[in-house]
Amino acid sequence: MSTREEVLGRIRRAVEGAPEVPEAEIPRAYRTEVPCDDLAGLLAERVADYRAIVHVVPSARVAATLAGLVEGKRIAVPDGLPAEWAGPVSQAAATVLADPARDELDTVDAVLTGCAVAVAVTGTIVLDAGPGQGRRELTLVPDHHLCVVRAGQIVAGVPEAIARLSPDSPLTWISGPSATSDIELDRVEGVHGPRTLEVVIAV
Amino acid sequence: MSERATGAPAPRALPAEEGGGGRASVTFIGMPRSFRENAAEAVRNDQLGRNLRKATHTIRGKRARVVEELPDWAELREAGRAIKDHTLRHLDRYLLQLEEAVTRAGGHVHWAADAAEANRIVTGLVQATGESDVVKVKSMATQEIGLNEHLAAHGVTAYETDLAELIVQLGDDWPSHILVPAIHRNRAEIRRIFRDRMASWGRPAPEGLSDEPAALAEAARLHLRERFLSSKVAISGANFMVAETGTMVVVESEGNGRMCLTLPETLISVVGIEKVLPTWRDLEVFLQLLPRSSTGERMNPYTSMWTGAVEGQEFHLVLLDNGRTGVLADEVGRQALRCIRCSACLNVCPVYERAGGHAYGSVYPGPIGAILTPQLRGMGSELDNSLPYASSLCGACLEVCPVAIDIPEVLVELRARARHPRSERAAMRAAGWLLGDQARLARAQRLATRLRRLVPRRLPGPGSAWTDTRDLPEIPEESFRDWWKRS
Ligand code: SF4
Repeated sequence: MSTREEVLGRIRRAVEGAPEVPEAEIPRAYRTEVPCDDLAGLLAERVADYRAIVHVVPSARVAATLAGLVEGKRIAVPDGLPAEWAGPVSQAAATVLADPARDELDTVDAVLTGCAVAVAVTGTIVLDAGPGQGRRELTLVPDHHLCVVRAGQIVAGVPEAIARLSPDSPLTWISGPSATSDIELDRVEGVHGPRTLEVVIAV
Repeated sequence: MSERATGAPAPRALPAEEGGGGRASVTFIGMPRSFRENAAEAVRNDQLGRNLRKATHTIRGKRARVVEELPDWAELREAGRAIKDHTLRHLDRYLLQLEEAVTRAGGHVHWAADAAEANRIVTGLVQATGESDVVKVKSMATQEIGLNEHLAAHGVTAYETDLAELIVQLGDDWPSHILVPAIHRNRAEIRRIFRDRMASWGRPAPEGLSDEPAALAEAARLHLRERFLSSKVAISGANFMVAETGTMVVVESEGNGRMCLTLPETLISVVGIEKVLPTWRDLEVFLQLLPRSSTGERMNPYTSMWTGAVEGQEFHLVLLDNGRTGVLADEVGRQALRCIRCSACLNVCPVYERAGGHAYGSVYPGPIGAILTPQLRGMGSELDNSLPYASSLCGACLEVCPVAIDIPEVLVELRARARHPRSERAAMRAAGWLLGDQARLARAQRLATRLRRLVPRRLPGPGSAWTDTRDLPEIPEESFRDWWKRS
């Protein structure tokens, strides 16, 4: 008998006669929608709580804001970054590397991406490796992650985010910069992931 | 102060039994004794006590604040409990569904009945890549099976990358907390470990390293950076697996998880069979319950989700039984399999706070360890036999548990089965009687607490038989309910 059959057999014997917990009876009385009339404001507040840098700007000012932030820097960008950001950014930055290889990634000052969804209540941005977000390592190796969130991408709570996302592509949920509390429970920002997270929220 | 002055046990594991079936798993050497004897040593250690108290109280407060923020916490907890119970009842079906989904997405699924088989599978997979170094993300399942020791015996070095695990590995030490494995070490000790030991594992600590947490974190970043960028094989665990989609979920803080999950060409995840969830939607419950219970944050810094082989990576999933099906067969004990390893029960436990994690002699310390370890390993040893007594049955663990595991109930049940002296049986009956009536429990605890000031370490009535043989104060200085109301 294979181990697979052995383990499955053990499970079947173990639960024989155990009380049923029908799927339909799983109580889901928790909130699946959280009322919130200022999603961008709440997101900004909650992201800032993690000691990330937050800019809330009108959509029309996003390109100019990004240009200011990358000025004179060596920047990595993913494929598919919206043209209205890519243009001004490539003019302002010293160097723009499009979807660079790993060893080059370790040499950039920052990486600029969009995101798929943002969760206001928890201050989380979610990347799904789609256009304008890139492979997972793109937002991991550089020490500074600059991320643009459009107003329409913000949802209130975790259930709304799960409903919008698909597990078909790899997902990275990011809540603030890399951090640890392993030393005497003192929170320190910045271990292996980007030590600076800068979020531009377009309203 | 000597390296062991924190009460850390000797740094070696009994190798998991080779070949034989059954429940091979690692026991910490240096603690063949009972929980009481281990704990007594920890209680005498002031430094450990201070480190632990500071840490558990800090995190307890953070947890309480973020849990209070959610008006639907009770409903989330109820859903979490029910989802887990439903899954466990149909575990065979969901594992098969998971296997199919992972395979469809290009991953490979392996089944391991026990520690020896899991170790063999993983070692074989690593050897097939031709690599002799692997990077690891903190994983309790691989600690449980003693994977690092097994790999080492076959010429493969496993590098722990979680900051706390790195401290433990460099210090030749044992983890003492689920979430913060080096909770028993303070900054000065960590600095010394980094300064003395980093060089023999790779890049040495920076000159003039201070004991500031930020400087220590920076030293870890530098030490591991090159290794992350060049490693070809990574080994992880997972917090959740979604049967419906084949998706794996790893929740972490530092980014070492992302490094290990993303950069290497081959990824091997060793995951206990109880970690499966039926549907994608179920994550909406657990991604709220876990971070708030665990680190006391609204969300942990990084959560990675992937389905099968992604971005050109080769992916292997090793499904681990190692005693879990035995726990599943136990009517009372099976609820322990709901555990999402948040560690909230450790942080509120008056016994853990005094005894420290090492006293539990297992990778699963604290209240959850007291019920899980004896069930996973059996109650053959004196230590495992004594673990169900590592509790005052105050109920704090149940109140904070995000999946409502009735730890006191399981403890009482396990006590009834332990081979123990008559005195302990008497005390056990007393505890059962106390538990039968919440009001009486509260009253008795308050009484015992008051008496404790006069006659330390003695319970009135039948409890004294047990306390007489224990110098661990098993009644909290303040009864849990009073403490909870006050804090
Ligand atoms: S038993 Fe409950 S509180 Fe303890 S670690 Fe497991 S889930 Fe968390």
